[in-house]
Amino acid sequence: MTLSTLWFILIGLLFSIFLFLEGFDFGVGMSTRFLAKDDQERTAIMSTIGPHWDGNETWLVTAGGAMFASLPLWYASLFSGYYILFLLVLVGLILRGVSFEFHKHAETKAGKNMWMWTFFIGSIMPPFFLCMILLSMVQGIPMDAQGNAFPTFFNVVNLLSIVGGVAGTLLSLVHGLNFIRLRIEGPLRDRARKLNKILYPILFVGEVIFAVLVFLQTDFFTKRFGSSLFITVLIVLFSLLGYYGVLKDREGWSFAGSGLSLSMVIVLLFNGLFPRVMIATNPAHSILIKEAANSHYTLTIMTIVACILVPIVAIYFIWSYSLFTKRINPRENTVKY
Amino acid sequence: MLNVGLSIVSLARFQFAMTTVFHFFFVPFSIGMGFLVAIMETIYAVKKDKVYLDMAKFWGKIFLLSFAVGIVTGIIQEFQFGMNWSEYSRFMGDVFGAPLAIEALLAFFIESVFIGIWMFTWDRFRPGVHAFMIWMTSIGTMLSAIWILAANSFMQHPTGFKINSTTGRIQLTDFGAVVANPQLWKVFPHVILAAFMTAAVVIAGISAWGLLRKKKEENHFFKTSLRFGLWASLIFAILSAGAGDLQTQQIIKDQPMKFAATEGIYKDTKDPAPWTVVEMINAKDHKASGQIEVPGVLSILAYHKLSGSVKGMDTINKELHAKYDKQFGKDMNYYVPPKTLFWSFRVMTGIDALIMLVALVGLIFSRKKKDTIENHKWMLVVLGLCIWVPFIGNSAGWFITEFGRYPWIVYGLFTIAQAVSPTSTVASLLFSNIVYFLLFLFLGGVMVWYCRQTLHHGPYYEEADSKQNVDPFAKEAFGK
Repeated sequence: MTLSTLWFILIGLLFSIFLFLEGFDFGVGMSTRFLAKDDQERTAIMSTIGPHWDGNETWLVTAGGAMFASLPLWYASLFSGYYILFLLVLVGLILRGVSFEFHKHAETKAGKNMWMWTFFIGSIMPPFFLCMILLSMVQGIPMDAQGNAFPTFFNVVNLLSIVGGVAGTLLSLVHGLNFIRLRIEGPLRDRARKLNKILYPILFVGEVIFAVLVFLQTDFFTKRFGSSLFITVLIVLFSLLGYYGVLKDREGWSFAGSGLSLSMVIVLLFNGLFPRVMIATNPAHSILIKEAANSHYTLTIMTIVACILVPIVAIYFIWSYSLFTKRINPRENTVKY
Repeated sequence: MLNVGLSIVSLARFQFAMTTVFHFFFVPFSIGMGFLVAIMETIYAVKKDKVYLDMAKFWGKIFLLSFAVGIVTGIIQEFQFGMNWSEYSRFMGDVFGAPLAIEALLAFFIESVFIGIWMFTWDRFRPGVHAFMIWMTSIGTMLSAIWILAANSFMQHPTGFKINSTTGRIQLTDFGAVVANPQLWKVFPHVILAAFMTAAVVIAGISAWGLLRKKKEENHFFKTSLRFGLWASLIFAILSAGAGDLQTQQIIKDQPMKFAATEGIYKDTKDPAPWTVVEMINAKDHKASGQIEVPGVLSILAYHKLSGSVKGMDTINKELHAKYDKQFGKDMNYYVPPKTLFWSFRVMTGIDALIMLVALVGLIFSRKKKDTIENHKWMLVVLGLCIWVPFIGNSAGWFITEFGRYPWIVYGLFTIAQAVSPTSTVASLLFSNIVYFLLFLFLGGVMVWYCRQTLHHGPYYEEADSKQNVDPFAKEAFGK
């Protein structure tokens, strides 16, 4: 295996971790409107990710940085080609990121409300538009010989990209609800489980439609039938595991299931892309991993750096989670950990 | 129709300037604030003097506000290279991506994880252990500065690379040389010390406003904070000026055009070189007039010697044409925007001097023997107004650094015009510029508003959380 392939896998891994972690952040943000009844409950929901959201988002920043550092031609084509959608992702992340601090400082009802709404909107926009970008990209888009992507409106907005966006957002919501079941006690926790009982069947329908559309609209199943089918089945199986956890009231199983489903979506896309990073309608203009990659020297340095730093990050990252395990009671005056 | 006045390059440049300047309001402030709050909490952990705990908590609140805005505007920066400057990303990916990715792995994770812990564990750890969390955050912010400045330093003064003959792109040949870039180790101290100064001036200024409220129970708190802020302002203003002087030596060597423009010199100077305090610049005809000069001082500034002439922009322009015409053609304009650089430099250094002066006077008025600063309302008002001053100075500094690299995006290798995304359209750039502008206006306004409110409540205000159980129809619920 070449170093550039290794980095392709590593970027996929970083995106999977990002979706696993930030997926429930997004879901938690969304559930402030679907689950909570008053501002106190909303605040409790928000506080479940208070210490974590910034660290979770750093996986996205790292994935972007890793892309720039190892496969810069991919980074350049993707980000410039999907300009408006990335702008919308950014707007969402900005609105969401400031909501935590600003909500803490807001004193009027209107103020609290406003930052809860920015939190909500900022939690829907990024997963929806990110999934849309990815699902649009894998269908193949017009590109020139220099690697510039010129997706048309219908390249970006079509059945698969919309279904992908909605399914990804719904899966994030389900994942967030599973996280809330882990971190909150009392009626809110029961309501999260009840809501997931309703959402999971809808999600299964969405996943099936998604799988069919991927089969029809991409070349994943013609290029790598076995692995694509296997991963698609895994997505559904992990979702079933999550549903099992909902029915049996085992939130740990649910959380692992929904998180791994999200990660598997990235695995499916990266598996289908390989050995390309951008798929052009004219196959001659597609960008291959080896074409997008940096020099062997740079990749070697980055590999050494990643081998040292990623395990260290993982250790203190997990440790930071272990500090906040006490369930939150929304009816206590102040949220303590 | 639109292209008449708004080219894609100028819109993309405007966007980079706008997002960077806005981002860089918060970055130095957060870096400095994190460091100073860490010191406060450490003093508390050692001396067990409760006022330092109150200080760490109160200034910590303001730190967190600025940190939040700093993070979200930082993500724009990372995405922007791909979105607006894809040709740059392709050209520079082999060099630029590495520091960026290391910044994320090494710095962003430390700061984001440990700030999350620090925020929520005031009651859980011993003071010393809790202070460790903010120290980690602070170290994370400084590491992040090193790596992003490493990337910027390469753009100012490329080292450790070659041009790949088949792709025409930059190829890294010596990572050690990128990290050891002399630019980096001259610019980093200057930036970091200016960041400490920025936060110190804000602490002193807000404390001055706090003292003006004349609340007895807050007097000790704000006075301690004021003196803390003033001492830090004075120390870091002096140190950052010193670091800036070292950086200047490097700039004369690597980017003589930038230096000549900051001093507004078109023709080579006499020997020893006089320093121009102010002058009128006619950028179009490359002429300057009406100089007010101090003899000999520029030689000292430039070479730390009493003699030596400084090359003017006209000479350097000729040299650059001789050097680069073969590759980039005869039509290149190597004159950097002289007015911007000349005046930015005077604003930046003037502000640094002003802060030294104000901090010194403030310290004299608030010295422990006399302790009468609250009777000098004018002094407190001056200190309060100075809050805004370092932010202007920081922006002016970056104006010199970035405008002074014109016409290059990577010095001597790649021009700004080459770097912009071929996919960009005037419409998409205009749209994103408007979105960012409105968003920044909104975020900046809210941020200032909540800082004001935090000051208004003072350090001994009960957390708003406890109010949540108030009956919505009771009087308190309708606010003040």
